[in-house]
Amino acid sequence: MNSSTTAQKNTEPRVVLRAEGVWKSYDDGAISVLKGVAFEVIEGQTVALCGPSGCGKSTLLHLFGGLDFPEQGRVSVNGAEVNRHRNLLHLLRHEVGFVFQLHNLIPDLTLEENCLIPTVAAGIDRRTAQTRIHLLVERTGLTHRLGHRIQKLSGGERQRTALCRALMNRPKILLADEPTGSLDEHASGAVFDLLLEIVATEGVTLVMATHDRGLAARCDRLLEMHDGRIHEPVSA
Amino acid sequence: MIFLKLIVTNLLRHRVRSLISVAGIAFSVAAMLTVVTILQGAIGMFSGILSSDSEIIVFERNVSDLFFSNVPAAALEEISSWPTVAHADPVLFGVVSSSDHPIITCFGVTAADARIRKAVWIAGDKLAFGQHSDDVVLGERAAEFLGAKIDDHVPIGHGIFHVIGILKTANGFEDGGVFMPLNSAQGFFHKEGTSSVITIKLRNKDDAALFKTMVGEKFTNLIGLEDAEFTRSYSQFKILKATAWAVGGCGLLLGGFGVANTMIMSVFTRIREIAILRVNGFSGLQIAVMIFGESAVVSLAGAVLGLVTGSGLLYALKLVPALHGYVDVTLQPVVMLIVILLALITGIAGALYPAAYAMRIRAVEALRFE
Repeated sequence: MNSSTTAQKNTEPRVVLRAEGVWKSYDDGAISVLKGVAFEVIEGQTVALCGPSGCGKSTLLHLFGGLDFPEQGRVSVNGAEVNRHRNLLHLLRHEVGFVFQLHNLIPDLTLEENCLIPTVAAGIDRRTAQTRIHLLVERTGLTHRLGHRIQKLSGGERQRTALCRALMNRPKILLADEPTGSLDEHASGAVFDLLLEIVATEGVTLVMATHDRGLAARCDRLLEMHDGRIHEPVSA
Repeated sequence: MIFLKLIVTNLLRHRVRSLISVAGIAFSVAAMLTVVTILQGAIGMFSGILSSDSEIIVFERNVSDLFFSNVPAAALEEISSWPTVAHADPVLFGVVSSSDHPIITCFGVTAADARIRKAVWIAGDKLAFGQHSDDVVLGERAAEFLGAKIDDHVPIGHGIFHVIGILKTANGFEDGGVFMPLNSAQGFFHKEGTSSVITIKLRNKDDAALFKTMVGEKFTNLIGLEDAEFTRSYSQFKILKATAWAVGGCGLLLGGFGVANTMIMSVFTRIREIAILRVNGFSGLQIAVMIFGESAVVSLAGAVLGLVTGSGLLYALKLVPALHGYVDVTLQPVVMLIVILLALITGIAGALYPAAYAMRIRAVEALRFE
């Protein structure tokens, strides 16, 4: 292999997420959700998954996060198949971060404590965690809210907190399931702006399930899901 | 720190439920502490009667209760003559009743017995003991409940006795008991020529093993035990101790069910939260440690509260005049430690199922059903 070929290889976009002929159903096969889904996401891309409720967007995100497994086909993250033999704790602690429609924060804890949860799980030292959290709350404009309990935060602030928590352990892939779905239009736009800004700054690959076509249009790719399959529009 | 806060936060969320669980453990611990301490005290006092100025007790082998033991006078005579023995004191135990008190412990002793010689005499002359067959010496509390004073004649059992002295002693059994001359007691209880035990004072304590061997060789139906050995091996004490721990254990078991109920509810009401922790990288083990941590906090809080409550209860019992001298309320560190450990084990056992359930929670299912 000559040097020009090696250089070409190094500059080739790296596939970080891959689904190959993925099938998934619920209720013992009564409800088929995914019917041979196949697609790839390359590093640093922002990808929107659009489609009606129940079309399998969340299921797909769960499969990439190792929360569930396909019945047929393969799902890979960073080149390694996600199955029961994989170190799923490492996947959740270091490789992917999740943001949900509902913020899913622990209401009795402060913003800071909620954000520290992934670092506690991963055994990251306190000083490193503190440095990271201060950077993230500064970027998300939440520094003044650091010691506040979740009940005291607005919906937008809660969702931004959830974003901080998801990025605490520096995952390179962010799986967002309707991240702005519970917010009003104004807050939704602001949180999404922030989300795009942070994933760009941090070099994070984003896969987002959403109903909001306006937001989806701002992603690098838009994947339409219906009838258990993915249909990528010619232009996003 | 966050981990600890996750543990405490959930308990604080459901304060009433947590407090009920703590109270359950606390009452169990208090009950166990009280019962065990009172019985340990009673055993200690009974042992104290036997070990008064002596190191070894000789009694009938395999007897279930010292009240049924018969040691012949011939054995006493021979043992007293052994060179290793400083003095050998026969004691005959009996139970008598008076009109208001169905059980009064009666001690048949000689005038040379340490209980008579070394006791504090409130009234009467110790030199007068044993001169007449109907003479008795009363413990201070026995004199109180019999309403007797020096020179009175009191009905005890089926006889009338002349009170020639009143003793003051810290031992509840002795303080509430009646001392008779040995011969009188033998006649009164129809046990002529025998005693229940012989308490032995050795010239040299190092001869204890030799003495016990000699007793075994000379008298096949008798056994000699050092005081500590006796306390450990006497079947009545073992039964009492086992009963105390069993009663306390049942209490703790109930407390454990309370903790189990609390922990099950704790897990069921926050399945989603546990799912979120899993999504954020918590392992099943970390979730289990969190659940066990909660139950440990409940158990320890219950144990501490129970120790305080139990100590208070014991102190209150000590102040009851009728129980004066019967209850030794000194808390033994080993008992406290065992009670705390049992409470902790109970709490952890109560959290076993909830922790196992929490470990099995699948994040994806909890997230799907919002």
